[in-house]
Amino acid sequence: MAEERIPLIETVDLKKYFKVGDNALLHAVDGINMKVYPGETIGVVGESGCGKSTLGRTILRLIEPTSGQILYNGDDITQYNARRMKKMRQELQIIFQDPYASLDPRKSVIEIIAEYMIINKTLPTKRDIFNRAAHLMDVVGLARRYATAYPHELDGGRRQRIGIARALSVNPKFIVCDEPVSALDVSIQAQILNLLMDLQDEMCLTYMFVTHDLSVVKHISDNIMVMYLGQCLELTSSDELFEKPLHPYTQALLSAIPEPDISMRNKKIKVIKGEVVSPVNPKPGCRFAARCEHCQERCHQEAPELKEVAPGHFVACHLCDGPI
Amino acid sequence: MAKNSTRPVVATLDGEDINFKRPSQTKEILRRLRKNKGAMIGLFLLICIVLVVIFADFIAPYEAGVVQVAENKLAPMSPEHPLGCDSYGRDVLSRLVHGARNSLLVAVAASISSCLFGCTLGAIAGYFGGKIDMLIMRALDIFMSIPDLLFTMVVVAALSSSIPVLIIAMTLAYFTNYVRLVRSGVLNLVDQEYVEAARAGGSSSARIIISHIIPNTLGIILVNVTLNVSSLVIYQSTLSFIGLSLPAPAPEWGSMLSSARVDMMRAPLLVVFPALAIVLTAFSVNLLGDGLRDAMDPRLKN
Repeated sequence: MAEERIPLIETVDLKKYFKVGDNALLHAVDGINMKVYPGETIGVVGESGCGKSTLGRTILRLIEPTSGQILYNGDDITQYNARRMKKMRQELQIIFQDPYASLDPRKSVIEIIAEYMIINKTLPTKRDIFNRAAHLMDVVGLARRYATAYPHELDGGRRQRIGIARALSVNPKFIVCDEPVSALDVSIQAQILNLLMDLQDEMCLTYMFVTHDLSVVKHISDNIMVMYLGQCLELTSSDELFEKPLHPYTQALLSAIPEPDISMRNKKIKVIKGEVVSPVNPKPGCRFAARCEHCQERCHQEAPELKEVAPGHFVACHLCDGPI
Repeated sequence: MAKNSTRPVVATLDGEDINFKRPSQTKEILRRLRKNKGAMIGLFLLICIVLVVIFADFIAPYEAGVVQVAENKLAPMSPEHPLGCDSYGRDVLSRLVHGARNSLLVAVAASISSCLFGCTLGAIAGYFGGKIDMLIMRALDIFMSIPDLLFTMVVVAALSSSIPVLIIAMTLAYFTNYVRLVRSGVLNLVDQEYVEAARAGGSSSARIIISHIIPNTLGIILVNVTLNVSSLVIYQSTLSFIGLSLPAPAPEWGSMLSSARVDMMRAPLLVVFPALAIVLTAFSVNLLGDGLRDAMDPRLKN
């Protein structure tokens, strides 16, 4: 590429530790480096409790990071004061996992969608704001007759559309989608995913798509980051990851995707043995070592670094140290 | 999309203008309240009581309730004294009607001020947590370790008895409940995703508390306010019983009740009337409060 592209969002050694007791730190996000370019989608996958949601929230500073930098267009937003951050929040938005919990039960649909615009006074009059909110309802495919309904009167898919409209209302550039479809049933999942992808094309949005559902992430992402216990194990383009997974954990995850093919019925799934080790004060060495079938002596002693083993393909595993 | 949305046509559906300017929540709440029979009875009674308070002078003269007339001592009901007279020969109806002013004013004002004060503190403690929470709750523990009555006595004794002082003293005795109540409600709510969503939209803490947390804790607060109005009327009677309420001749339900106790055997109706007034007030306020709580919760619409 002739000129180097500037990532829209870049994290540098981002860490979030939670204090869980005396001298006990829960390493929820432990040194994540990632770059997201404008208009692209990064998928973040990992099992429950691996810190992927925390990562999303930390990038938006809904949770303050313990250390590290978050660069938005090259500008470190961790240093922003409350005033600048409030402005920044219009650029960085989030769509929540649970459309039941993320909407205030006492506010009507139109009020929920208008809320961000009222807070930020993006339009001069209330009338304009409510008109735009009504327009956003059209954009996300929500019939206007629901404008005065309350969230509990609508189904999950419609509620999630409200959440999307609310996030879009301030014209964000970057949206963290925190498992936006995992609480919905499958037919509606597809609708919402298609809506998100259409919106991305129309408004040139950049997504960080947090999920545990690999088939969803394949569908929507340009790049995928595999997380395990707060760390990034593998980061590469979506196609490459599905074709040539290098990390044993990624391989196991991919083999666990159910395939709707009768001939595959007897295929053995590579089941990962054991339990996730505790993220509280983790031991040195590879975090996945205890469950890894290729585990060597070295894996218990030193933590593998994230290395670029092929162009654009980063892996943190001692097995991949040599040339492949 | 952003371009053509700056000045769109007014939202129309079937060519009809829809007013998106807030779907009139007050109207909606009133509509739901009207369907609730209990609340309507409570409201009706309360309006009657308020009317009595406003037009007290037209119903019965104030003098008849404070001037002692020896020959009227414990007079039975008569056209002249519809509810009879007490042991000092004062007209009971006059005392009841004018007493409503004092009793209700103090009870309602103290109930509202203790609610506002307690809710604010509770919301702050629950929302911010940590050291602020610690500070408020420990201060509250000190407050609660002193018996209410003792505390009120100290305040009234220090500032001498008058309506504002009574209100302050009773507020200080009753606000602790609200702090704990609202704090626990807020603790449940701050972890809700919609609070986080508000923060993601740039909402300030004050705005979150006012527009999300208070409305969602309103149910428990309202029920408590209404319960408190009645218990404050009774609390005030306790105060007048030990001589800390309004000075002697001033009519007030609590003091009527306690002075009637002496002649309970000879004139039992003297106890009945003020007691009935207190019960009726408490009853109507509670009914209305219950109804309001239900009407304000859109989830209980049907």
